[in-house]
Amino acid sequence: MLEIAIISTIKVIFVFVALLTACAYMTLIERRVVARFQTRLGPIYAGPNGLLQPVADLMKLIFKEDIIPEHVDKKIYTIAPLAAFIPATLSIAVIPFGSSITIFGREINLVLSDLNVGVLYVFAITSIGVYSIILSGWSSNSKYSLLGSIRSSAQMISYEVSMGLAVVSVVLVSGSLNLNVIVAHQENLWHIFSQPVAFIIFLICGIAETNRAPFDLPEAESELVAGYHTEYSAMKFGMFFVGEYANMVTVSAMATTLFLGGWQGPGDSGILSMFWFGLKVFLFLFLYLWLRATTPRFRYDQLMNFGWKVLLPLAILNVLVTAAAVLII
Amino acid sequence: MEYVIFFASAFVAIVCALLVISQKNPVASVIFLIMAFVAQAILYIQLSALFVAILQIVVYAGAIMVLFLFVIMLLNLRRDDFGPEKHPLQGWLTRIFGVVLVAELIIVIARGVSQSESVDTAASDFGNVEQVATILFTRYVFPFELTSILLIVAIIGAVVLGKRRAEEK
Repeated sequence: MLEIAIISTIKVIFVFVALLTACAYMTLIERRVVARFQTRLGPIYAGPNGLLQPVADLMKLIFKEDIIPEHVDKKIYTIAPLAAFIPATLSIAVIPFGSSITIFGREINLVLSDLNVGVLYVFAITSIGVYSIILSGWSSNSKYSLLGSIRSSAQMISYEVSMGLAVVSVVLVSGSLNLNVIVAHQENLWHIFSQPVAFIIFLICGIAETNRAPFDLPEAESELVAGYHTEYSAMKFGMFFVGEYANMVTVSAMATTLFLGGWQGPGDSGILSMFWFGLKVFLFLFLYLWLRATTPRFRYDQLMNFGWKVLLPLAILNVLVTAAAVLII
Repeated sequence: MEYVIFFASAFVAIVCALLVISQKNPVASVIFLIMAFVAQAILYIQLSALFVAILQIVVYAGAIMVLFLFVIMLLNLRRDDFGPEKHPLQGWLTRIFGVVLVAELIIVIARGVSQSESVDTAASDFGNVEQVATILFTRYVFPFELTSILLIVAIIGAVVLGKRRAEEK
């Protein structure tokens, strides 16, 4: 009992630190990569190659004055950043990030919680994440925040449906809601090859869910200043920021687990499997940056039309075909 | 440990439920209702009904309460908007129905306590995905399909009403 508790605690700390480090360095990588796309250099002065920039940013955010505007609904205004940060970090708990390693003669599975409804758990936690956006927009009492939050929540609700259906077809193929079983099922054939349509739908919806370019209408700088977190400053703003990046990491990790065979790759030692997992997640994160640097923003009606009239029918059709195929084979 | 979790989440659920009806700000009420739902989901997990717990969060805390919040936000409802209680009978009727409800609860709970042994046997592997699906698609397939028709009717109704309003403008 005690042993399990200690092992779990270490794993939780490890995953939490890894996630936050990934978020922090994602900001640096993003600025450097986007700068390269625009033939600039990006931040290079803090530390070698700008490697200490995230630390500097964090210091700045912590020591900045925390301004609470006069017209806000104080309690809800304070809760909203927490509601962004906590679900974003919780959903990583069910994702298997490696096979298993042996330390001091004990075999340790590299997943925090091996739930048999893991897929649903991720969806449950993501659906809670919408509240931070709605509440921050409403409690700020500012038109930019409210417009941004209404756009964002409408977008998240619309794209969640197609995303769910894309995942359903993967679940149909592998026959389980447990993410470990889904990974094991891809031993011979990754789902990206057997479910290409679902993969593309999941990818598009994932980008829309995390409010990233080209679906970053909620934060469209030219129209909305910054969207739902316009009125936030210092670490409260920082929490929204970290939450957004943690969500990106989670969506990338989910895409890796569901479609790219999770931690599988050549070689079967535990450390190597963690490396493969990290590499695949990084590929998706790089794709995010690539899209951000090269695509213009959607218009709102285009976004809604695309979500409801293209993606949703396609996702339903894909589920139908997959179900028929599974039934026949 | 189990008792600690049980009493903590039960306490949170009850306190939040009380705060839902005592708050003046409807948005605060919604937040407390969400917290009550989450606390309830923890109770389901303790009954090893993980699937039911997750559904509780996805459907109630995740979907329905978002709609609540949307309506409250977009109409910008405050307590004053509802006005004073209009009908003189209203106060009396609430009291009568309140008493009836409490009586009903007491009867049901009393009956449940006397049969409490049956709960333990059901709890062992009750409510996982396979079981729910098997029951849903065999014994209850007709009510299940009926519900989906009801939902489609509601969706079409909403679209028709929304369209008509837009045309009048």
